Amino acid sequence: MLSNITGKRRAAALVIAASLSAFLTPVARAETVVRIGMTAADIPRTLGQPDQGFEGNRFTGLTMYDGLTMWDLSSADKPSVLIPGLATEWKVDEADKKKWTFKLRPGVTFHDGSPFNADAVVWNVEKVLKQDAVQFDPSQVGLTASRMPTLASARKIDDLTVELTTKEPDSFLPFNLTNLFMASPAKWQKLFDAAQGADVKAKSQAAWDAFAKDASGTGPWKMSAFTPRERLELVKNANYWDKARIPKVDKMLLLPMPEANARTAALLSGQVDWVEAPAPDAVAEIKQRGFIIYTNEEPHVWPWQFSRVEGSPWNDIRVRKAANLCVDREGLKDGLLAGLMVPATGTFEPGHPWRGNPTFQIKYDKPAAQKLMQEAGFGPNKKLTVKIQTSASGSGQMMPLPMNEYLQQALAECYFDVQLDVIEWNTLLNNWRRGTKDPSANGANATNVTYAAMDPFFAMVRFLQSGMAPPVSNNWGFINNPKFDELVTKARQTFDPVARDALLAELHAASVDDADFLYVAHDVAPRAMSPKIKGFVQPKSWFVDFSPISMTP
Amino acid sequence: MLTYIVRRIVYVIPILISVALVCFMLVHITPGDPLAAVLPADASQELADQMRAAYGFDRPLPVQFGLWLWRAINGDLGHSIATGRPVLSEVVRAVGNTVTLAIAAALIGFTLGLFFGLIAGYFRDTWIDKVATSIAIAGVSVPHYWLGMVLVIIFSVQLSWLPAVGAGPGGSGAWAWDWEHIRYLILPAITTSVIPMGIVTRTVRALTGDILSQDFVEALRAKGLHETDVFRHVIKNAAPTAMAVMGLQLGYMLGGSILIETVFSWPGSGLLLNSAIFQRDLPLLQGTILVLAMFFVILNLLVDIAQAAIDPRIKRS
Repeated sequence: MLSNITGKRRAAALVIAASLSAFLTPVARAETVVRIGMTAADIPRTLGQPDQGFEGNRFTGLTMYDGLTMWDLSSADKPSVLIPGLATEWKVDEADKKKWTFKLRPGVTFHDGSPFNADAVVWNVEKVLKQDAVQFDPSQVGLTASRMPTLASARKIDDLTVELTTKEPDSFLPFNLTNLFMASPAKWQKLFDAAQGADVKAKSQAAWDAFAKDASGTGPWKMSAFTPRERLELVKNANYWDKARIPKVDKMLLLPMPEANARTAALLSGQVDWVEAPAPDAVAEIKQRGFIIYTNEEPHVWPWQFSRVEGSPWNDIRVRKAANLCVDREGLKDGLLAGLMVPATGTFEPGHPWRGNPTFQIKYDKPAAQKLMQEAGFGPNKKLTVKIQTSASGSGQMMPLPMNEYLQQALAECYFDVQLDVIEWNTLLNNWRRGTKDPSANGANATNVTYAAMDPFFAMVRFLQSGMAPPVSNNWGFINNPKFDELVTKARQTFDPVARDALLAELHAASVDDADFLYVAHDVAPRAMSPKIKGFVQPKSWFVDFSPISMTP
Repeated sequence: MLTYIVRRIVYVIPILISVALVCFMLVHITPGDPLAAVLPADASQELADQMRAAYGFDRPLPVQFGLWLWRAINGDLGHSIATGRPVLSEVVRAVGNTVTLAIAAALIGFTLGLFFGLIAGYFRDTWIDKVATSIAIAGVSVPHYWLGMVLVIIFSVQLSWLPAVGAGPGGSGAWAWDWEHIRYLILPAITTSVIPMGIVTRTVRALTGDILSQDFVEALRAKGLHETDVFRHVIKNAAPTAMAVMGLQLGYMLGGSILIETVFSWPGSGLLLNSAIFQRDLPLLQGTILVLAMFFVILNLLVDIAQAAIDPRIKRS
């Protein structure tokens, strides 16, 4: 009897304990997912070197992969500067300035578990630079080589040390290396061994095809599912080497939505939590519905690049300065662009380490502009005809036609007769590469191609150095200024970062003083988000860090 | 009959070669760089020239065409410049999604079109006719991408009933015919269906009106047939022409709509073409156009053969 009662008590106690345990045990945390509508029409390439410009780097480069060097994306206020990535330190060889030694971060593994080491660095350099390497992939060359113009080769010193060689002494190399993402050689080799193909080249291509579907890098996000042209699902890499940057969200879903209204509708209907570049005319409604619009000055310039060949009207500095003083950029910002721009007073704005101290202050001063034009021999009855080649649309071009028409009207008040030659975007880019002397310029003496200003080469050198004239690079107008050439050479050969930055600042100030561009606007990279997203920081960069964001229920 | 089929198939070969040549030339004479997808905007002309040589775009056009045609005949449409993926797999996936959309749109458009057409024709010159005709005119007149946007604003943004974009919660790769997926199909299918609905309505209305005015219908009525039976005869007589029109409309829908698929981010052949055009992805563009053109050529071949089987006069001619 006693044992029976005890048994019942025990059973009751067990039931109560089990109930309490169930009650007190924390319920499994719901998976957090952030869904993002990109402007791209397709998922940017996932095999390591993304296509689709810097949007590609933003979504499938910096998420799944790391470079030897990285951009600091932690601040919305300070300029984004270079920081160590998979390399912890680097230095140039004092005896031979073409050789660099990079010390690699220990203990880093790829998503497939294989170790990141010097062999991996050499393998990744050779995937785009060594034509007889098995892993050489021509489709990745164009997207990479142009961003690392002087890198020649890589050599392993030991497991955690690698030597990189450049074609000429080049202190900009660490910046360029942010564009070389480290893919897993071990994973690729496994896919290569399993690939079908008539020859090594075919097998290599098949291996890269397979790698793109099942990618492996060292980044804070790992690929978990991929449907080409529709969706890319990334999950957090809990073993990421930088513990502070392990993503707070469990999963990130990337959806291509090329149409601005479709993106906006997807956000407003709750289908996604975040859209890039919402439709400008929907910004008010987006805000009114409680969504948040983030903007920040981007290292991007919307300019007119002047022709400086013989006979160009822009050869007169008074004309170049007058154009820069005749544009009411604040009016453009508040009117046409609904606040979505920052007025440009150079390639870099005050606060940037490469801004310098230009003496020519770019601002709206119509009387001063008119005076300069009169000094140059023009007036209400003798207008200066200039012809600008532009596009009706295009990546980074913002609203090219209305903006150019705004400039046309503004400059008319300073005795310019602006003629617009509107062509298709890709054709404009082709013409840009060929330069003002090419017949494709169609008589234009300025071109309107926007540019990214992330690193010294792309922000300044390719436009200002005389040796960068077509076909070498993008000095479209054939600027030939010995002072610029001297500063570029000095900056490239100055390996102390502070001294190098001082020279770059001097170069920038000199180019502003010379009014080499009509500086108009910087884009602000608008993106709209659900208020559920917390912790987002929009840096002054083309890129963002997805790691710190979290989702509230 | 066999001779007829063989003859028709032989006729198809030069048509296909011509189609291949036209689509090859079209994409090459349009402005822009075929390497735009793999060359950043800031690439130099030197690098662009190197890449052009690496991809074989520096060769004479006839050589490029010959090589491309030879590979296409062997079932290899090449690789997309932008993605590196085989063009054939890209096209097959996209066409599959467009077929899903076309079937759904055909079900809606043809059902409504037949209904409105029959009642408009039967009740000709009454208010019913006017209402049905107005709907048909609206169907063919309203820009469908605009209608798509309006439907998204109403049913996705304002009412939150249906998703605005996409092809299912897990993408088209995980497509299933259940409510979770069908709800993604509703808005694009309705938008796609309005034009065929309008055309079918107008065709069937005209046919019904014509048939009702024919002598045999009077004879049927004089014989005392119930009006329902008379109507059945009208439908039977209108069916062949209506089916031919519907077949043509289905063909158009199977070709995909760039505008509708872009508005709804529906991953079909229209969106694929849109992407290929904007990225100047020549192999993808050529491959997609060729496959869609072949689709029409083969569809026409099948229709010719079917017509010959039904009507021996066609075969003899």
